[in-house]
Amino acid sequence: MIKMTDQDIISRLKHIVKPYVQREIGMQDFNKQTDFLKDLEINSANLVDVVLDVEDEFGIEVDNDSMQGMLRVGDAVNIINNKKSIQ
Amino acid sequence: MCQKLKPTDVISKLPYAKPFLFVDELTFLSENKAEGNFHFLPELDFYKGHFKDNPVTPGVILTECMAQIGLVSLGIYLLSDSENIKNLKIGLTSTEIEFLKPVYPDEKVQVLSEKIYFRFNKLKCKVQMLDSENDVVCRGSIAGMILNN
Repeated sequence: MIKMTDQDIISRLKHIVKPYVQREIGMQDFNKQTDFLKDLEINSANLVDVVLDVEDEFGIEVDNDSMQGMLRVGDAVNIINNKKSIQ
Repeated sequence: MCQKLKPTDVISKLPYAKPFLFVDELTFLSENKAEGNFHFLPELDFYKGHFKDNPVTPGVILTECMAQIGLVSLGIYLLSDSENIKNLKIGLTSTEIEFLKPVYPDEKVQVLSEKIYFRFNKLKCKVQMLDSENDVVCRGSIAGMILNN
């Protein structure tokens, strides 16, 4: 399998979060520093749905500790890379 | 690990009282499903104002009834063998409900709920309410979060 670049992951993440974003302007500059709650105003309950969609999209399982540390897009990229590398 | 609660014990753990308790009986509880019923007595206060001279059960009350049976009761059951059951708090986070048929005073409704998922302290359920003729009066999905004190 060809390794996903971080940019590939970010563009797939952008597609996943889209339905939950309340602050559209935060999507214009979607990068590793983007904060799910502050920049995109995704509510914390919907962040659970984002994580479940990430699990389906990337075929991984996210544990509770990882979930709690997933504040920014970069955190999600790291979680996905880590889970993928041990598969 | 202790046993799961019985339906009657779950009712006693519900954080509601009259006039805002909308559960009479829980008839079935499992890891994935909850079923219960409620009789909308004609004396209930909101019928005086919804609507004037034309009492119909408000959609928000039907939603609340489905949340109490389908989401909160199921949540209490699912967590009944955990430590934080004593001061369990569940906050409603989203509802998406369609209403198909009016519910008039004196109707006894049945609520059926199926777990969609329970992950990261969020419980989301597919719910429906049936009237005494077994017609679906409303249905949709309801989600809530278990709140940590």
